[in-house]
Amino acid sequence: MHELSVAQALVEQVDAVIDRHQAHHDNDASSSDAWRATSIRVRIGPLAGVVPELLASAFPLAAAGSRMERAALEFVHAPIRVRCQTCGAETEAAMNRLLCGACGDWHTRILSGDELLLESVELVTDTPHPSPLTPHSQNV
Amino acid sequence: MCDTCGCNLTPGNRNLAYKPVAKGATAVSVLKGLLQKNDDQAAHNREHFDRRGILAINLMSSPGSGKTALLEATLVALKNEFTCAVIEGDLETENDAERIRAKGVQAHQIVTGTACHLDAHLVHDALHHMTLDGVDLLFIENVGNLVCPASFDLGQHLNVTLLSVTEGDDKPAKYPVMFRAADAMLLTKTDLLAVLDDFDPDKAEAHLRNLANPAPVMRLSARKELDMEAWYAWLREQLAAQRARVAIGQSRRPAIQGDGQKLHGATAR
Repeated sequence: MHELSVAQALVEQVDAVIDRHQAHHDNDASSSDAWRATSIRVRIGPLAGVVPELLASAFPLAAAGSRMERAALEFVHAPIRVRCQTCGAETEAAMNRLLCGACGDWHTRILSGDELLLESVELVTDTPHPSPLTPHSQNV
Repeated sequence: MCDTCGCNLTPGNRNLAYKPVAKGATAVSVLKGLLQKNDDQAAHNREHFDRRGILAINLMSSPGSGKTALLEATLVALKNEFTCAVIEGDLETENDAERIRAKGVQAHQIVTGTACHLDAHLVHDALHHMTLDGVDLLFIENVGNLVCPASFDLGQHLNVTLLSVTEGDDKPAKYPVMFRAADAMLLTKTDLLAVLDDFDPDKAEAHLRNLANPAPVMRLSARKELDMEAWYAWLREQLAAQRARVAIGQSRRPAIQGDGQKLHGATAR
């Protein structure tokens, strides 16, 4: 149920990314370009408490009429990995048994599996851009 | 700044930020927590609390596990020691806020309508309806729900999760996201243990440890006022710790929410 709130938060964030990108390009000669998102990549671990399938079905509702209306929502699964504070081993773990896979101790810390991250967004302009940069200078 | 220059890319996550890009398209790496806006608001709420030396506690559990009864008993017991205030979250009715006010304590009811959890913005709006000066302890009673509330930071310093003995002792295994977030777990309604043969408090505690959670487990009954002293002692200890933090300009987030952020190197604050 709360996936709709998460979808709305995602839309706000992608909107902000497009705004920043737009502002950056408004300094160029091609200032009339309108940018929109074609793909949105989100990294979710099981311990984040957000179900990717539910987020995927809530996203079109949250994105309706926005600059990401037609964007593909992609998920990157983050497996649960823990580091044992007793023996130091790094192992995979199940969602409700976050124990060390080597020594069985419960004094572990999560290395991955609780992420809820907007990783990257792919943007295009509807009018052809004079000099598309691949990868974009922002990534270098 | 970091969202645009790429300095939040590390050797560990760099590969995630790149992918083949269609001709004419531009890939923008973001690597930001999806709930960043909520988290920013929560940080702002936390500043409100810290500035006034308030300890804010988020109470979470299933519906009917005794959050309001716990508060009623606690507010009466601590009446002469601390000034308390309560934010109540429910889908409908002012009933819980009225129960708190009947104990002579300031309470604000958030009626969420259909929303299954409180978020930082709802709590912020509630704070503007309250008198916070002089308050020592603020309890936020979240919507009764073992799923959604765990994903939203409200600006609280501590999460307390209740599990009543009329529920299954394997609830921490069934709802790991919620119980992993607990800074303390209260097993409530223990007066009923005598007539229930299927709830083993030790098993409930073992399931909590399986989530790598070292939180203290307290067994009590608010209605019968059984074994409440350990809970009150914990509250006193936590308020003293909060005052010590405030004195040196530090704060605290529920352990779990800090953890992920540090380890994933995203949205460092």
